Amino acid sequence: MLELRDITKRFGEVLANDRINIKITEGTIHAIVGENGAGKSTIMRIAYGFYTADSGEILVDGQVRRIDTPHDAIAQGIGMVHQHFMLVENMTVAENIVLGSEPGSAAALDLKSASQKIRALSEEFKLAINPSAVIETLSVGQQQRVELLKALYRDARLLILDEPTAVLTPQEVEEFFTILRGMREQGKTVVIITHKLDEVLAISDEVTVMRDGRVVGRVKTKDTNAAELARMMVGRDVLLRVEKPDADAGATVLSLQDLRVMGMDGTPRVDGLTFDVRAGEVVGIAGVEGNGQTELIESLAGLTEPELVSGRVEFEGRDITTATAKERKQMGVAHIPEDRHRRGLLLDFDLAENSILGVQDREPIVSFAGVMLDNGAIERRARQIIKDFDVRPANPALPARSLSGGNQQKLIIGREFDLHPKLLLVAQPTRGVDIGAIEFIHRKLIALRDAGCAILLVSAELEEVTALADRLLVIHEGKIVGEVDPKVATTEEIGLMMTGGHR
Amino acid sequence: MRSIFSIALIFSTLRLATPLIWASHGGMFSERSGVINIALEGIMLAGAFTAASVTFYAGNPWIGLVAGIAAGVAISSIHAVACIRFNANQVVSGMAINILMIGLPAFLGGSLFASTGSTPQIPKENLIPWTPVFLAFLLVPATWYVLYRTPFGLRLRAVGEKPEAADAAGVSVKLMRYSAVLISGALAGVGGAYLSIGQSSLFTRNMTSGRGFISLAALIFGKWRPVQTMLACLLFGFTEAVSIQLQGVRLPSGEDIPNQFIQIIPYVLTIIVLAGFIGQSRAPRAIGLPYQKER
Repeated sequence: MLELRDITKRFGEVLANDRINIKITEGTIHAIVGENGAGKSTIMRIAYGFYTADSGEILVDGQVRRIDTPHDAIAQGIGMVHQHFMLVENMTVAENIVLGSEPGSAAALDLKSASQKIRALSEEFKLAINPSAVIETLSVGQQQRVELLKALYRDARLLILDEPTAVLTPQEVEEFFTILRGMREQGKTVVIITHKLDEVLAISDEVTVMRDGRVVGRVKTKDTNAAELARMMVGRDVLLRVEKPDADAGATVLSLQDLRVMGMDGTPRVDGLTFDVRAGEVVGIAGVEGNGQTELIESLAGLTEPELVSGRVEFEGRDITTATAKERKQMGVAHIPEDRHRRGLLLDFDLAENSILGVQDREPIVSFAGVMLDNGAIERRARQIIKDFDVRPANPALPARSLSGGNQQKLIIGREFDLHPKLLLVAQPTRGVDIGAIEFIHRKLIALRDAGCAILLVSAELEEVTALADRLLVIHEGKIVGEVDPKVATTEEIGLMMTGGHR
Repeated sequence: MRSIFSIALIFSTLRLATPLIWASHGGMFSERSGVINIALEGIMLAGAFTAASVTFYAGNPWIGLVAGIAAGVAISSIHAVACIRFNANQVVSGMAINILMIGLPAFLGGSLFASTGSTPQIPKENLIPWTPVFLAFLLVPATWYVLYRTPFGLRLRAVGEKPEAADAAGVSVKLMRYSAVLISGALAGVGGAYLSIGQSSLFTRNMTSGRGFISLAALIFGKWRPVQTMLACLLFGFTEAVSIQLQGVRLPSGEDIPNQFIQIIPYVLTIIVLAGFIGQSRAPRAIGLPYQKER
């Protein structure tokens, strides 16, 4: 139905798409996979008219078409659901859906007929969306279905979905896939951009694999497997499972007793947590994002206003409930934050400067009684981290902003590991990181554990926490709803607990 | 002490609220589309000066009013181009226009009328003391209708809340913002014109004396919604009317209330209202942010 021929697109010096050829068959679900920066979003944004290609052509139903704006794409029956939803939060579902192609005259908006059509579509595709609901009152999964409705309302025959499952819980993913299969049965064509291989295998009919701006493979899903796809994506063999010996847990390092953290609005975000983390073990926290994980990690790192925190936190037997971030760091608590741009890096500062954050007042970084930064020592330290953690490009003078997400993350991890921590608080260690770097980061975390560090891990990727954790706690609305053994628990079982159900 | 509350006070309130209603509803269009319009003050001055000058020469206030609107549109187009085409800081651009419009009428007045700030008196029969008042109260439901019941209004609000969503839906963010800022120039132009050819009979230097900013305060106080904003304008108009009535009123001790003290009342109220209520009012989410498509 859609064919992209020899599409090339440059952003300045970067060749994002290099003579891309992709053919999408009508009535199929087609997955486009690749690491971050492989150019998969770029090529689909070209198909949707967000970007214009430098060269190449787009064919719809065998005819060459100019698609310069989203308007052109919509006219050709192409719809797109973006990774970040394009919804106006304080407007209703119907208002959002009709925006840009409003029914009625210029003098009077006809929302009634629109609502009827939306209701009919919602029933046809089993989306269960009320047209008069206000967007900000809907769950993430529902908002995503509104996005689908937006495309269907415009008579889209081809739907492009950019990383659609990134924001969903395992249950929601299953429901969402059911909806997609229903659409395929109704004759719609679906393109799904993703980097999660299990999802590709579960939902797609055909797969196009991209790497470094090129198409490196085109296969039927039934003829391939995860290992082969991973090899094509990365260009070498990748270990998909984390291999680790059983934990040899030692003394208790971190101990929480009835920890509560209030939000700014006065509601509890972390609601009475009690658990221990021992030396040499990884304790994982699984949960749908926004159930208190952020507040838990930030309060343990000393980043929360003390008056919002109650209960007791002990580190090696000492009460650190009200200790500052600096005091904790000096005791041996390291923190890899979930949002590296907000908490982890100064993006406009160079790698060397970023590598000393947290130790900027310690020897040998400072000399002359703590008043002078020693640039030689800083650079040596930065080079060591860059080398040990394979940060690329390996130039300490580059601004942090210029690095890919995976390399930024490796720099932060290197910096925190260099503190030789006794406790590591780590949130979303591989968010926005490529498969190759994920494998590297996982191995480093396990090595740190085996060296005797206590690790508290929070991740939205269920696969990641189950693979890394030695003990897994499931959090829901700020409470621990259960502890499972990650070696035996199933995804369904954990997923159900994550949504507040009991096992 | 004679009663200051009277029918006259009500009429006075309505007339004093009128320029505020025009300007604040102008500001509403601009700000709902995501462009801060702190230039309301300067646009009103442009409208006031142009309307008075043209009415003086043409002998017809309606031609003067249209000229005032045109001046408002012209000045706001500078703001629009700076903010939308060149992604300038919207507060800086607005402030520059305000400063320009303090000087420009004096300069033009000097060459046209050999005076440094005022235009000549316009005869009473060439003034429009009531029609703009009446129209202002039609403007409120009209604005509501346009914003909430037309495709244009839906797009305008979407562009001010989440321009990338509007863009993805095929709405031109730039086009919407240009129209919104120009509409705001036209409406604030009427507000200014009414000052010089409705409430008084000539343009005097800096005659708005902060009404553009008070309109902006009313807009914020009114949560960027037509009816609430109108009520805020009436409150400010009422305060001004009371402060005029209070002039010459004696305290029980027999002394006059100092004029300066009375004149600050509307401004003090503005500060109190903004300090007290600004936190409760949610601005359009994309306000002040230039929209740039990704490459």
